Amino acid sequence: MELELLLRQILSGLATGGIYASMALALVMIYQATHLVNFAQGEMAMFATYLAWTLMQAGVPYWGAFFITVAIAFIGGVVIERVIIQPVENAPILSVVIVFIGLLVIFNSLAGWIYTYTIKPFPSPFPSQPLFGNSYVGSHELGSMGVTLVVLLLVFGFFRFTPLGLAMRAAAQNAVSSRLVGVRVGWMLALGWGLASAIGAIAGIMVAPIVFLEPNMMGGILLYAFAGALLGGIDNPGGAVLGGFIVGVLENVVGLYLGSEVKLTVALVIIVGVLVVRPSGLFGKVHVARV
Amino acid sequence: MQTPAIQTPAIPADAAAPTTRIGQPALSQRKILGLVVLLVIACAVPFLLGNYRIFQLTMALSYSIALLGLNMLTGFNGQISLGHGAFFAIGAYTAAILMDKANFPYWATIPVAGVVCLVAGFLFGLPALRLEGLYLALATFALGVAMPQILKHKSLEHYTGGAMGIVIIKPDAPEWLPVSQDQWLYFFTLAWTVLLFFLGWNLLRGRIGRALVAIRDQPIAAQAMGVNTAMYKSITFGISALYTGIAGALAAIGVQFASPDSFNFFLSLTFVVGMVVGGLASISGALYGALFIQFIPNIADDISKAAPWAIYGVFLIGFMYVMPGGVAGAIRYLRHRWSKS
Amino acid sequence: MSAAMDGSILRVRGLRAQYGNTKVLHGIDFDVGKGGITTILGANGAGKTTTLRAMCGMVATQGEVLLDGERIDGKATESIVRMGVAHVPDGRGTFLNFTVEENLRIGAYTRKDREQVQADYERIYAYFPRLRERRRQQAGTLSGGEQQMLAVSRALMLKPRLLLLDEPSFGLAPLIVQELFEIFRTINKSDGVSMLLVEQNAALALRLADHAYLLETGRVVISGTAESIRSDESVRRSYLGY
Repeated sequence: MELELLLRQILSGLATGGIYASMALALVMIYQATHLVNFAQGEMAMFATYLAWTLMQAGVPYWGAFFITVAIAFIGGVVIERVIIQPVENAPILSVVIVFIGLLVIFNSLAGWIYTYTIKPFPSPFPSQPLFGNSYVGSHELGSMGVTLVVLLLVFGFFRFTPLGLAMRAAAQNAVSSRLVGVRVGWMLALGWGLASAIGAIAGIMVAPIVFLEPNMMGGILLYAFAGALLGGIDNPGGAVLGGFIVGVLENVVGLYLGSEVKLTVALVIIVGVLVVRPSGLFGKVHVARV
Repeated sequence: MQTPAIQTPAIPADAAAPTTRIGQPALSQRKILGLVVLLVIACAVPFLLGNYRIFQLTMALSYSIALLGLNMLTGFNGQISLGHGAFFAIGAYTAAILMDKANFPYWATIPVAGVVCLVAGFLFGLPALRLEGLYLALATFALGVAMPQILKHKSLEHYTGGAMGIVIIKPDAPEWLPVSQDQWLYFFTLAWTVLLFFLGWNLLRGRIGRALVAIRDQPIAAQAMGVNTAMYKSITFGISALYTGIAGALAAIGVQFASPDSFNFFLSLTFVVGMVVGGLASISGALYGALFIQFIPNIADDISKAAPWAIYGVFLIGFMYVMPGGVAGAIRYLRHRWSKS
Repeated sequence: MSAAMDGSILRVRGLRAQYGNTKVLHGIDFDVGKGGITTILGANGAGKTTTLRAMCGMVATQGEVLLDGERIDGKATESIVRMGVAHVPDGRGTFLNFTVEENLRIGAYTRKDREQVQADYERIYAYFPRLRERRRQQAGTLSGGEQQMLAVSRALMLKPRLLLLDEPSFGLAPLIVQELFEIFRTINKSDGVSMLLVEQNAALALRLADHAYLLETGRVVISGTAESIRSDESVRRSYLGY
C-alpha cells in the first residue's frame, strides 16, 4: 500500500516534472544565448494559455487552438526580444532584471484585466478515464508526459541536426565567431526567444487542466523550473531537462512524507542549496560566484 | 554593428551618497530649512485629514522605511533583491506574535523586530555573498515566492495562526496626548521614519556609503583598496533587512493584522517598483516611491483590479528606458538645469 | 577610376579606426589584387589586427573600404561575410564546444550549393588529414596547430573571395607553419582566393605574398612588391629585423 502510494506520487511527479523540464529548457535556451534569466517566462506561458482558452471558447477545436497558440507564442517571443529586450541587452544587470520584472507584471495584470481572476477550468485532450483502468497515473498525466517528450525530442533534434539549429547554438556559444561565418546573431536570439515562448505555451496548455486556469497559475511552476534548471546546470539544456524531472519527482515525494505545504519550500531549498553548494549544477559549467 | 539604445547605467554615477566637503556642514542651509518645513507639514497633516487618509499616510511612511532598506541593498550596494517582502513579513509577524502571544507592548516590538530581521538578513546575506547579480535575484525571487507557504506551515501554526494570521489590538494613544488612535499611530510611525532616515542618511553619506557604492561599481578595485567587501555586503544585507523588518512591524501595528497572503511575491515586487520609481541609490527616492506605491493602487483600482500592476509594469520598463534615475533623479536633473540657467 | 578596372578585390583609402577614444589607425591606404596575396607587416601594436577587424566591420572606422568596387565600410560583420569575406581572427575564434565537423558545417552556413559543400568537406580533409581523423572530437580538445588548421578550414568552407588571416603562424611549430603556408599557396593558385595576410613573421609572409605594406603605429611607412622589399637589405634590417 505504501509502495503503491509512493509509485503514484513518482509517476505524477514525472508528469509535472515534464512540465518543469519544458519550462527549464525554455529558460536555459534564453540563458545560453544571452546569459539572462527570463523571469517573465511563466507569465508569458500563462498568457499564451489564456489565448488558447479564448480560441477554444470561440469554437476552435482543441488541437487547432493548440497549434495556433504555439505559433502566436512563437511570434510573440520573437517580437518581444526584438522590441523590448534587444535595446537593454547590454545595460547593467539591474536594469535588465527590472525590465523582465516589468514584463512579468504586465502579462500577469493583462491576463487579470482581460480575463478576471476567477479560476477557470481548462480542457484536456486526453480521456478522463485512466488508461487500462490503472490506478497509478491518469490519462492526462500520461498524455502530457507524452507531449512533453515529443516536444523535447523535436527541440533536441532541431538543434542537433538542422543548419538553423546549429546556427542558433553557434550564436549562443560565441557571438563574434558566429558573425564571422555570416550568422545573423540578433535574429538567432529572437528565434531563441520565439522557441522558448512556444515551449512555454505548450507547458502552460498541458498544466492548465491540472492547476486550473488563473493569472497566478505559473508562479510556483516557474519556481520549480528555476530549481530544475539550476539543479541540472543553467547552461546545459539536457541537464536542465533532467533537473526538471528530478524536481517534479522530489516535490511529490517530499510532499508525501512532509505534507504538501512544504512543496514550494523544497524549491527554495533546492535553489539556494544549488547556488551555494554547487552553482554550476550537476552538469553545467557556469560561473556564478564573485571573486 | 549594434549599439545598445541605453548607454547610461541604470544607476547614475552621481546618485550615490552626496559627498561632504570638509569643514562645511553636510547640508546647505536651504536644505535644512526645506527639511524643517517638511517636518512641520508632516506633523500638521494628521490634524487636517480624516482617519482613512491618516492611515494611508502611516502606511506610506512604513513603506518608505522599507524602500530605504531595499535601496541600501540594491541601489547603493548593487545586490539585487526580489524577495524583500520576506523581511517585511518577518518583521510584521515578530511584532504580531510578541503582542499576541507574549503580551509585549506595541512600542517594544519594533526594536525586537529590527534585531530579528538584522540577524535573518545577515544570515541570508552570507551565502548570497557568492552570488552574482542575476543569481542573487533568482535566490531572492525564490524566497519571495515561497514565503507565504512558509508562513502557513503547520509547524509554525501555533505562533503564526496559519492561514488565518494574527489579529492584534489597536494601540491607544498615551493618556497625556489629546490625539486619536490613528493620529497617534501616525506620529509613532513618523518618529521611527525620521530616526531611521536620519541614521540611514548619516551612514550612507560618509565613508560607509562610498564603500557600498564602490563595491557596487568596482568590486575588484574596492577589494584591492582594502575594503572588506564580504563583510560590508553581509552587513548591508542585515541592515537592509532590519529597516524593512521595522517597516513590517510598523505596518502590522498599523493594520492590526498579519496574514501570510498579504506578504506574497507581489509585495516584494511592489517594493522594487517603489525603489525604481522613487530613484535607485537615492534617500529621498524612498519617500517618492512610497507615495507612489501607496496611492497609485487607490487611483488605479477604480479602473480595474488589475490596473495598478499594469501601470507598475509599464512604469518599470519605461523608467529603465527613459528615467533610470527615478523621480529623485529627475528632480536632481531639473534642479541642476535650473540652477545652471 | 573604378576598382574593377584596376584589378583589386580590396581597396582601402584613408582608413581611420579607433577603440573608444584611442585612435589606432591614422589613415592608411592599401590594395589587394584579384587573386593576389597582400601582407601587412609590423610590430606589436602597429595596428595590424585592427586593420583586419576594420575590414569586417568589427571596429568603428572612417574612410573607404571597397570590396570589388562595393563599399563595405559601415556594414555589419555578418553582411560583409555574406559578400564573400572570410576572417580567421587572432585567437582563432573556434567554436570550442562544437565538434570539428560542426565547425566546418557552420562555416558553410551561408552557402546554398549543397553538393559543392560536400565536395569541399572532402577537399578540406585532403588538405588537413588530421582534421578528418578528429572529425567527431570536440574542437576544444585539439592542439594549437590543429585548431589553427580548423580555423582556416572553417573560413575556407565559406568559399570566400577574400581570405583575411591574422597571424596564422602564431604559436605553431615551424614544420606545421610550413605546411600551412604551402596550403595557402595552393588555395590561392588553384581556387583564386585572394588573401590579406597579417604576420609578425616577416620572412615567411614575404615569401608567400606578392605585395607588402609595413605598418608603424597606425600608418603605412613602406609599401611595395614583396620581391622588392625582400631584396632591400636596409629595409629588412631596420624594419623587419632580418
